Amino acid sequence: MFSIKLIRLLLILSAFITTKTVLAESVLVAVAANFTKPMEEIAAEFTKETRHQVGLSFGASGKFVAQIENGAPFQVFLSADEQKPKKLIDSQFAVAGTQFTYSLGRLVLWSAKPDFIDQQGKVLSFGNFKHLAIADPKLAPYGEAAMTVLKKLGLEERIKPLLVLGENITQTQQFISTGNAELGFIAVSQVIKDGKIAEGSGWIVPSDFYAPIRQDAVLLKNGATHPAALALLDFLKTAKAQAIIEKYGYGLAVKP
Amino acid sequence: MLNADDITALILTLQVACIATVCLLLLGTPMAWWLVRTTSRWKRVINTLVALPLVLPPSVLGFYLLILMSPTGIIGQLSVALGLGTLPFTFGGLIVASVLYSLPFVVQPLQTAFAAIGERPLEVAATLRASPLDTFFSVVMPLTRHGFMTATVLGFAHTVGEFGVVLMVGGNIPNQTRVVSIQIYNHVEAMEYAQAHWLAACLLIFSFVVLLLLYGINPKPGR
Repeated sequence: MFSIKLIRLLLILSAFITTKTVLAESVLVAVAANFTKPMEEIAAEFTKETRHQVGLSFGASGKFVAQIENGAPFQVFLSADEQKPKKLIDSQFAVAGTQFTYSLGRLVLWSAKPDFIDQQGKVLSFGNFKHLAIADPKLAPYGEAAMTVLKKLGLEERIKPLLVLGENITQTQQFISTGNAELGFIAVSQVIKDGKIAEGSGWIVPSDFYAPIRQDAVLLKNGATHPAALALLDFLKTAKAQAIIEKYGYGLAVKP
Repeated sequence: MLNADDITALILTLQVACIATVCLLLLGTPMAWWLVRTTSRWKRVINTLVALPLVLPPSVLGFYLLILMSPTGIIGQLSVALGLGTLPFTFGGLIVASVLYSLPFVVQPLQTAFAAIGERPLEVAATLRASPLDTFFSVVMPLTRHGFMTATVLGFAHTVGEFGVVLMVGGNIPNQTRVVSIQIYNHVEAMEYAQAHWLAACLLIFSFVVLLLLYGINPKPGR
């Protein structure tokens, strides 16, 4: 009978699924949107080495905090800043002593148009543009860093009326790449490929123009005794993971 | 309590919703009338197009609008040629997006109302030598006033509640595109939950009152 065949098939499939969970654990990670690409690669390497499965959820760090505080099942949190993991430790949703900086964000002034941006960022003072996109400084560390750069260059007043705010840097990039904003500040990791800016033109802002954008990871209460979660946090500090992080245009933090 | 930015966002939201509703009625009325009267084979296609925003996630609509309204997009090239500049990040762009997004909420109640009056009143009007335009204003509109009321309230309320599309094409500019729904979202993102509560409560009460009024005026929906 067809239905008996189907049941048998389901039983065999479920046997497969259960064996897999016996052999390896799976860990659910909340990842800041800007770290999407490197984290996918790191997770693949991690699974290859440890056979632990990794479930990745990408989004805005602030939203993750709200979700974690309301019972979201994540075990590890990779934030886009250092305040949010700290807040979770304070509110007892993360494990004290597990917070560390996994990468340093770097800022780029980028345009989808080739040759639009020079190597000193002079386009900010003299360029002809109607919109400059940044991530909302209130919400995103990259937006805050962008404002610091504009202040440092003494251009805050000139640029302010031209600002459009993305909810996060992914959306900010969307504004720029669709040409709706001529240029904007986003993360180097979003436009870099094989060590150089892949499309359009950009000025990688020198790191002394803004305070370091520390991106911190933390172990959440849900994962406190979870072997895969602990292994993943350790893996992020290995030379292998650090090489991937650097390849995607992030700075490396001093090891804790 | 509400701060100055919140109040600006509230006022802007009401402005967008009022202007969008007027545009929706001006555009939706002839559209609904045509859809009811026509025997064209395009009827089905147009009906489907009008209903699409009901099904599509606002992110899809917003994404396409962002591309179409960009300097290289069709709408963008048109608006630049007309001397209006590009539409994203502007109040005008928000109106265009809102009209598209709320179109089914205005067209569909009007369509139902127009269909419900049948042929008879129109034929009577014609025998009395009323012109089609006169018939519309002195016969059809009074007979379908409930339909107009429903369409107006739904179009207005739906525009007030708009979020995804604005997030995609708005750019979060105070006094231009930062509407209440965006402001609430930002408060939540910034973990200013008290502020978010205040503004969210305003919106909740507003929506409740609007719908209550709708059901009070219009106990039999559809006409």
